[in-house]
Amino acid sequence: MNILIKGGRVIDPKNKIDAVMDILLENGKISKIAKNITTKTETFIDAHGKIVAPGIVDMHVHLREPGREDKETVSSATAAAASAGVTTVLAMPNTHPAMDCAENINLLKKIISKSAKINVLICAAISRGRLGQELNDFVKLQKAGALAVSDDGSSVDSDVLMLAALKAAAKCRLLTICHCEDKSLSCFGVMNTGFNSTRLGLRGISKASEYKRIERDIKLAEKVKAAVHIAHLSCSESVEIVAKAKKRGVLVTCETAPHYFSLTEEALLDYDTNKKMNPPLRAPSDLLAIKQGLKDGTIDAIASDHAPHTENEKNIEFERAEFGVVGLETELAVGITELVTPGILSLSQLMQKISLNPSRILGIDKGTLSIGAAADIMIVSADQLWTVEKKKLLSKSRNSAFLGKQLRGVVDYTICSGKIIFKR
Amino acid sequence: MLWTRKDLLGLEYLNREEIELILDTASSFKEVSTREIKKVPALRGKTAVNLFYEPSTRTRVSFEVAAKRLSADVINIAAETSSVRKGETLIDTGKNIQALKADIVIIRHNCSGAANMLARALDISVVNAGDGWHEHPTQALLDMLTLQEKLGSIRGLHVTIVGDIAHSRVARSNIWGLTKLGAQVTVCAPEILIPAGIEKMGVNISNNIDQALKNADAVNVLRMQFERDANAAFPEQLEYFKKFGITSERLAKAKKNIIVMHPGPINRGIEVSSEVADGENSVILEQVTNGIAVRMAVLFLVSQGKG
Repeated sequence: MNILIKGGRVIDPKNKIDAVMDILLENGKISKIAKNITTKTETFIDAHGKIVAPGIVDMHVHLREPGREDKETVSSATAAAASAGVTTVLAMPNTHPAMDCAENINLLKKIISKSAKINVLICAAISRGRLGQELNDFVKLQKAGALAVSDDGSSVDSDVLMLAALKAAAKCRLLTICHCEDKSLSCFGVMNTGFNSTRLGLRGISKASEYKRIERDIKLAEKVKAAVHIAHLSCSESVEIVAKAKKRGVLVTCETAPHYFSLTEEALLDYDTNKKMNPPLRAPSDLLAIKQGLKDGTIDAIASDHAPHTENEKNIEFERAEFGVVGLETELAVGITELVTPGILSLSQLMQKISLNPSRILGIDKGTLSIGAAADIMIVSADQLWTVEKKKLLSKSRNSAFLGKQLRGVVDYTICSGKIIFKR
Repeated sequence: MLWTRKDLLGLEYLNREEIELILDTASSFKEVSTREIKKVPALRGKTAVNLFYEPSTRTRVSFEVAAKRLSADVINIAAETSSVRKGETLIDTGKNIQALKADIVIIRHNCSGAANMLARALDISVVNAGDGWHEHPTQALLDMLTLQEKLGSIRGLHVTIVGDIAHSRVARSNIWGLTKLGAQVTVCAPEILIPAGIEKMGVNISNNIDQALKNADAVNVLRMQFERDANAAFPEQLEYFKKFGITSERLAKAKKNIIVMHPGPINRGIEVSSEVADGENSVILEQVTNGIAVRMAVLFLVSQGKG
């Protein structure tokens, strides 16, 4: 199928394009970008007044399949993703079973080939069963198709094991992604430590539990000259530590999630479990530091940390509810609303954070509209307002932190490998 | 002043006028308990359900007595003997109680925010009888009623709360209530039992009980809640008594008529000596009596607040 997208504002940070142009897609690839393309095609999309940009590459997504198909499946998550401009996701390994051997990766690959609507990449587990005891065979995992390794959901507590993991990953050029949390410090906490946890009578999660572990992981990566990616930064100290490490030339990259630059712990004052996640929402000063980190480039990427949980796991006592929120369907709009509208990032910079940079970090040829690249594209009405409604979410779980919120930015089309997979 | 709320979840959510209305209403209900026939028909035909997820004698009985003196029908549900043991969620249990056409649920729960959650899910009134470390509003109200009776007015009083502040819902409710009514509150405990950011609730912090007692008109002595946090480092009991225990020797250096309060149950010899607990500064049993009046007032007001 050939598609001509006409008259949109084309934004492609990799090629420094931000101009009204036409794009021709042929055989699943981008074949031409120019003003006034007149080629006859089967499909024509009028993109006047809309943004045409690379599809989102979300490098932190929990698909829950295999194992917890009651929360989410590859099919439901990728449908949700497609409706919001996401064309590639990196699936986190904390499934049941965990992605800790070739056999399990092959199982997931089968599910993906059968039911995924977008590109699904696989992050394998660092340790066997994600228990932090025994290192997996990274060469085998990579051969099976893993693109990165992480024990996400847990941190590797042992310094020795973490160092071995970074070394082994560097050797086969796998990216190590770190969920940074010292459980001896976060110790059964459920929200950020401070006045608000005191006033709500809830156990706190200190910022130190996050940034001390980031400090350690960076130190270990530096020692063996390995690339390390820090997941879901939430607080000011973490941003500072990463900035310093980057300055000294450590191969460190990092991401934050939309809720950390849009919400603070004050959103928890009514014990709303849809705002309970790990790391937790922090103080207003942390939110500012995250925004600043995005602006000055310390924070490379925005990823959703899409973490679906059923109503049964959320509509209970706050302390007992699961950590995590869904995010695939709101990440672009939260980015536009909280970063672009107030002028913290330009649209092009936002596209870089949600698409180009994650692609570069993962070493994949995505996040660009270069000639010959796969035609993964979103077409967006960037100024259009919409309200996040529970019943309209496509994800199997509806534990969104943004329910009822009005956001800016609506996806009109999502194209993956040259096929229209979503049309509003 | 008219009461408009369907629920009582915590004193943080009330303004000064609302707190005063409860205290005034309680004062007028107090007389009922002194009558030959201790009953008024204020809540005749209403049903109150005591839904208790934590062991409690004092508070549950107090609510039951209060409801009965208002002529309400009272049903007691203890979680350990109910469908909760079969895995029913709090909200489902609450909705079932509502479907039985009860008018008020009085909930005691070990999770902070349980009462807030239930109140959001139900149309009927919810009264918080203590949720986790969060709030125990009727306890603070009865403490304030007792203070008011003994000292005239809350405004300008110096009140010291000593003990396990970190894990105490009684402390939090007292702080909100007392500060809203114009008292100066000092919390006193070993450093590890002072929770983060509590100064933002408008209190002074002290780690020295002798200093914290110096100016105090009243001291509210809290129990060490060892059962509330298996992870916390608690001070050793005798050591705590030595450093923070309320004893006659310590009171001798304080204001002569200092009032000693305790929400109970008392651990004699840990946070307070027997001599003080039973001594003339102690108002511990008067607190219990006032608890009934305060709970009558709360049950009465929330059942007016629905319309």
